[in-house]
Amino acid sequence: MIKLENVSKTFEYKGKKVAAVKDVSLHINKGDIFGIIGFSGAGKSTLVRLVNLLEKPTSGEITVNDHPLNSISSRQLRQLRRKIGMIFQSFNLFNSRTVFGNVAYPLKLENWPKEEINRRVTELLRFVGLEDKADKYPEQLSGGQKQRVGIARALATSPDILLCDEATSALDPETTGEILNLLKKVNEEYKITILLITHEMNVIRSICNRVAVMENGRVIEEGEVYNVFSDPRENTTKNFISTVLNDRLSPHLIEKLKKKQPTKFYRIIFSGEATSEPILSEITSKHNIKFNIIYGSIHELQNQLFGNLIVEFLGDDPVVEVVLNELRMVLDVKEVELA
Amino acid sequence: MKVDWSTFWPRIIEATGETITMVILTLIFASIIGVVMGLLLFVSRKGNILENKIISISLNVLINVIRPIPFIIFLVAISPLTRMIMGTTIGTFAAVFPMTIAASFAIARVVENNLISIDPGIIEASKAMGASPFQIIFGVLIPEALGPLILGLTFITVGLIDFSAMAGTVGGGGLGDLSMTYGYQRFDTSVMIVTVVILILLVQISQFLGNLLSRVFLRR
Repeated sequence: MIKLENVSKTFEYKGKKVAAVKDVSLHINKGDIFGIIGFSGAGKSTLVRLVNLLEKPTSGEITVNDHPLNSISSRQLRQLRRKIGMIFQSFNLFNSRTVFGNVAYPLKLENWPKEEINRRVTELLRFVGLEDKADKYPEQLSGGQKQRVGIARALATSPDILLCDEATSALDPETTGEILNLLKKVNEEYKITILLITHEMNVIRSICNRVAVMENGRVIEEGEVYNVFSDPRENTTKNFISTVLNDRLSPHLIEKLKKKQPTKFYRIIFSGEATSEPILSEITSKHNIKFNIIYGSIHELQNQLFGNLIVEFLGDDPVVEVVLNELRMVLDVKEVELA
Repeated sequence: MKVDWSTFWPRIIEATGETITMVILTLIFASIIGVVMGLLLFVSRKGNILENKIISISLNVLINVIRPIPFIIFLVAISPLTRMIMGTTIGTFAAVFPMTIAASFAIARVVENNLISIDPGIIEASKAMGASPFQIIFGVLIPEALGPLILGLTFITVGLIDFSAMAGTVGGGGLGDLSMTYGYQRFDTSVMIVTVVILILLVQISQFLGNLLSRVFLRR
């Protein structure tokens, strides 16, 4: 669907060259909700704009729907862009047009007949839940409503791809949830591939099936959301994950645990099949020791559960060692460093 | 010698008509030229939809050369051109030519400034929708800037009333001519007061109409 091969983008700013995107290769499949996460300045905003050539790559190859973008004429590009919807952090609605007029604009660009436009816009406004707001102007709407108009407008010409540039970053958590649900509905009902960029791991966790982590213009980690969450490799990825999974001990709690030393604490990660069985309680009761959960969380990711617990075992050291070995056969167990 | 008001009123009415004619004709022609120039200034800017260094620099230089010239000097300076195009340099219609030229450059800047204040994100969104530069100019830029643009044109109109008074002094007719020849040069304060009051009324009316129109487009 969208292929980026060794794509780089360098800006020239006051005579200095700034590389925003460095040698990025990504394959986004049809039907994906692909999330790119990174801190501001990581290059994700530039990256998403390369897909519809709002920014031209300095090098590398981009293919969208089997069209290589390197040799595209400006007329072909405009045709292609009508099959790529885009929504924005600041909504970018036309203030001089009503809600209806905003959604109708891309159809007017394609010279649709008036009745067809009416029918299509009404259908889209119903889809995003704004059928009663057709005659309102953007300034009369809330942020969430504005983004719904943005989504309806982006979907007007039935695109195959929807690009989301920090689409929920200007919204409160509740509205963010509503918009994310709507995007999920867009993906499922209209079979539209979504490429979104965000700095909120919550967005990735909620709707994405694949994720790429960007740092300093490079993609440093990429994969299925569940796999990346359950087994992150890079520090930046771990930092992002800890923003939504509460998997880190607070300094206060660490101090408290230190006082109990030499007692050892273990981090146990449950993923996949392990989450549906009472492994921890079975193994400990078999060896007749007790365990105490200090801290942890269980989350649902991509319809699978993912648990992360910090546990203390109450028993003789040799027995605990046996228990740990048995646990390690089915779970990921690590001793917590309290330094 | 004081004027005889019974015969002078018709002259005042005629002069008011001349002033209004000059202002409205200038406004029409200068708006057309000014809007085109302003759009060119904007779209040819660095990073904009029709970036063009040559157009951008030459228009900017031209505008910056013409604009600082005091209108009364400009009026005289381009009189050979006025004669070439209008056939004469005297009279209400002849005055419209230099007024149009001077006002066009001012309007060009007003248009450019209003276009710059449009959120670039809106232009980016239009590009992402597959709009051509032509479609962006007429479907997005102009409608988005229309409210403030009307206020800008109102500001120019008030300036034009002032221009028309100056044009009057070099044979353009109108209220300016009247207030200069009767009021100023013949020390008839009453004529001066009457013409100034009419000019003030004209300014008030144009400002009122401009506000009204812009409110329709700005919806506030």
